[in-house]
Amino acid sequence: MNLLSLTAVELGKKIKAGEVKVEEATRAALKAIEVKEEQVHSFVTVNQEGALKRAKEVQKKITEGALTGPLAGVPVAIKDNLCTKGMLTTCSSKILYNFIPTYTAEAVLNLEHAGAVILGKTNMDEFAMGSTTETSAYGVTRNPWNTEHVPGGSSGGSCAAVAAEEVFYALGSDTGGSIRQPSSFCGVTGLKPTYGTVSRYGLIAYGSSLDQVGPIAKDVTDCATVLEAITSYDKKDSTSIERKEADFTSALVDDVRGMKIGIPRDYLGEGLDSEVKEAILAAAKILEEKGAIVEQFDLSLVEYAIPAYYVIAAAEASSNLERFDGVKYGYRTKEYQGLHNMYKKSRSEGFGAEVKRRIMLGSFVLSSGYYDAYYLKALRTKALIKQAFDQAFAKYDILLGPTAPTTAPKLGASLSDPLKMYLGDIYTVSVNLAGLPGISLPCGQDSKGLPIGLQLIGDCFQEKKIIRAAYAYEQSRIYQHSPLADQ
Amino acid sequence: MEQIKTGKNVISDQTIEYVGILAKLELSEEEKQAAKKDMERMLDYIDKLNELDTSQTEPMSHIFSVKNVFREDVAEHVDGGEDTLANAPERKDRAFVVPKTVDQ
Amino acid sequence: MNKEYETVIGLEVHVELATKTKIFCSCSTAFGSAPNTHTCPVCTGMPGSLPVLNKKVVEYAIAVGLATGCEINQYSKFDRKNYFYPDNPQNYQISQLYLPICHDGGIEIETQAGTKMIGIHEIHMEEDAGKLIHDDWEEVSLVDYNRSGVPLIEIVSEPDMRSAEEVIAYLDKLRMIIQYLGASDCKMQEGSMRADVNLSVRKLGSKEFGTRTEMKNIGSFKAIARAIEAEKARQIDLLESGESVVQETRRWNDEQGYSYAMRSKEDAQDYRYFPEPDLVPIEVSDQWLQKIRGRQPELRDQKYKRYVEQYGLPAYDAQILTSAKKLADLFEEAVKLCEKPKKVSNWLMGETMRLMKEHSMDPEDIAFSPVNLAKLIVLADAGTINGTVAKEVFEQVFANDIDPDQYVEQKGLKTVNDEDALRKTIAQIIEDNPKSVEDYHNGKEKAIGFLVGQTMKAMKGKANPGMVNQILKELL
Repeated sequence: MNLLSLTAVELGKKIKAGEVKVEEATRAALKAIEVKEEQVHSFVTVNQEGALKRAKEVQKKITEGALTGPLAGVPVAIKDNLCTKGMLTTCSSKILYNFIPTYTAEAVLNLEHAGAVILGKTNMDEFAMGSTTETSAYGVTRNPWNTEHVPGGSSGGSCAAVAAEEVFYALGSDTGGSIRQPSSFCGVTGLKPTYGTVSRYGLIAYGSSLDQVGPIAKDVTDCATVLEAITSYDKKDSTSIERKEADFTSALVDDVRGMKIGIPRDYLGEGLDSEVKEAILAAAKILEEKGAIVEQFDLSLVEYAIPAYYVIAAAEASSNLERFDGVKYGYRTKEYQGLHNMYKKSRSEGFGAEVKRRIMLGSFVLSSGYYDAYYLKALRTKALIKQAFDQAFAKYDILLGPTAPTTAPKLGASLSDPLKMYLGDIYTVSVNLAGLPGISLPCGQDSKGLPIGLQLIGDCFQEKKIIRAAYAYEQSRIYQHSPLADQ
Repeated sequence: MEQIKTGKNVISDQTIEYVGILAKLELSEEEKQAAKKDMERMLDYIDKLNELDTSQTEPMSHIFSVKNVFREDVAEHVDGGEDTLANAPERKDRAFVVPKTVDQ
Repeated sequence: MNKEYETVIGLEVHVELATKTKIFCSCSTAFGSAPNTHTCPVCTGMPGSLPVLNKKVVEYAIAVGLATGCEINQYSKFDRKNYFYPDNPQNYQISQLYLPICHDGGIEIETQAGTKMIGIHEIHMEEDAGKLIHDDWEEVSLVDYNRSGVPLIEIVSEPDMRSAEEVIAYLDKLRMIIQYLGASDCKMQEGSMRADVNLSVRKLGSKEFGTRTEMKNIGSFKAIARAIEAEKARQIDLLESGESVVQETRRWNDEQGYSYAMRSKEDAQDYRYFPEPDLVPIEVSDQWLQKIRGRQPELRDQKYKRYVEQYGLPAYDAQILTSAKKLADLFEEAVKLCEKPKKVSNWLMGETMRLMKEHSMDPEDIAFSPVNLAKLIVLADAGTINGTVAKEVFEQVFANDIDPDQYVEQKGLKTVNDEDALRKTIAQIIEDNPKSVEDYHNGKEKAIGFLVGQTMKAMKGKANPGMVNQILKELL
């Protein structure tokens, strides 16, 4: 039996039943990492010793009956923008090349309380800015389906690690699609919760009003289970929301009869790859056959989401990343003359090109004389986009569409034209602007054998509806393991 | 920075210099030229937002109307010094060290 | 020539609030610990940390707003002010620009010219910066974040002041109000109250404002007065010589008596304010506002009135006693204990003031307890000690807060009321000083003073002076 082909919940059951020891699962994962990292490079840091030590502790608690949850003893990988006490946390940036947090992010703490064993920290686009995981200062991550292609981003490391079966599940973060889009490219399932559901405390901020932490796994059951574990009201995060009915696993029901599903016609238009379109419509058909009422409608404003998103995200990022200055932690340039020169050299040497590009844009749109024209305009657009979704959800339970316009592009094909890369976020960013939950799950492959992702979007706090629909759809197909998984 | 009649954004060297001061980034000449082009293209694209009439719309910074999230005035921490300084690039005893900050 | 010009001054006053914890984290605001002791991920700008607002800060800010006649913004928000400086760990300060908690108020000041209303444009909440210590040995500065995140309110006045005298009166009044509210101790020397001065000059009668400068880093009332005079003269000189005033921030150096521009290519002064996404808005309900209003303590003007009406104090006494919250508190506590308002007032206005002046102390520095003052008054009033002894005991109360009952007992300072013993001593004094006795009989009334003095000396000052006089006259 290949342990790594199990889902997190399947492994959890075997551990609980005593069929598999936590240490055994941990060693199996560490071994898989050792074998596959050279090809996929999902990790920035592998926590070998810590994971084995932790595995023993967790096993003891499970044996004693102190840990009984579905994820107890299951190894996990954490995106490298979530702080882990005593473990290097880099955001895949040179500027945090040696940063060892003194505290652990709340979402990760919640997983630890559920008995998780942290295997390591996954690669990402630097500070989560990018759609390919190529902007990492620690090398690119490759797509386990075809290592000539990107895994998507920014949670590319987390998604590739799950798809390559180096780990059972992972945490990612999603500011404009950073969980859903790489999940789509890597053929795994990733869920971005409603804003405020998972605490942002300890998540190194990119766009504070958009960032959410979420699960990445092989299937919908794992995602719902992990989401249930990481959801918490956190007094340390003022934007945290006390969720009622956070029993997400109760929505794992194969029944969509009567569910009203809207497909935004705007999501099927120009720019959408025809193979992707076909797969999405086929998936909709399956849900329809299962009793859902599916229709196309005009969502409107879709083309305004990207410019609004990039103004807001860049503005917030320019401010959030000011703290990286060579004073308190991280990289400080070797030679400098005076304070401001130290700041400038440390930051210019410490940040990569994409991060600098967004910091420059963000500083500009907030600068004197431009604030109203750009930043406020974007916030007003955001309000309109939210209204458009409110209208849609007055009619439909969930929305269905592609996660990304194409399958994974080839390595090196995206970065030369940033604006073109940004356009790839067209179906994901508006979900963040409106604070909505969204899930991406595999719904087929293109002719090159690359996975296609189906995106389901719910109204705020309606994760259960998208989980139910995703689960129902998932029952119609078999999980496809990536070529790298089978090694 | 100046808006030309065609609506195309033109970013001057001066503006790039200024934004560099704000953002505390030192760009090489090559990077500056690239940044100018990048920013012009992005702004042209962002100008698409001007097609929307938002005169009747309030800016929305928070999605939810959550208000009044407070803590009580109760001290909890003891000595955070060692944790605070643990990652310092340069420290002296219990303080961070930076280049001299005296004005002038 | 200066007479042709008018000075226009507005103030930005920063006040550190007297909360136990910082504005956005639960670190202590206590002074006097080793550098970076009172720090956590939030107040040192660690990646991933998030702010949570201290409710008490909002309540103090509203209390100050109500006491200064402000309107309260019942919907208020925080914004980020972005600028790089190492005392500011996030390189942005969480402050309020667009919807400050209080606006449009004002306070009345009194100067020799009479009373005048000084408008308050707004009061907003924000976080204080850390401290930079300049190293004596190397070309470096040391950063201590103990003060980083201590809550501040910034009180922004309208440009309504025209002289240093008005500025001082305004600051004095503001300080008093805030001290009375218990919202801050407002000690300028320790930095818990700081003022930035915005100043411009214009030709008398002109309606337009001149170009203003902002002066920072002014540490005392006296320094503020000096800085204003110097800046006014500097601006007039510029204008008179045909130059123009540059809008800029200047730093006042009080020892050298001049200010210099803080201009730097690297300080663009473009703060890129935007709404703080990590904090949610504050909504002050009518009920909450009512509750805060109901808790407002008696302010100076009300207290002054009450001292005159309830305690029958002279207006002058009431004025002095209410001039500092510390004095008023001492007064009221002591009166509660001994029920002798005029006597308490006399000790505070007389001996206390004298000793404060001698040691150049502020009322806030008074260290003795009202209990010991009350005890002393009871002792003196009952004739247990005489006036001279009472003063001596008070000095001990003032300096060391001793218990007068114990002190008088231990030192044997009680007045001697034993008539027989006194008679014996006085008889002896008369016998030893025939010359004075003769002078007295020859009509030199003053001679009796000498004999009283001799008697007191023999009794080590503890004799009842009335009794000494009476017995002396009788025996003579």
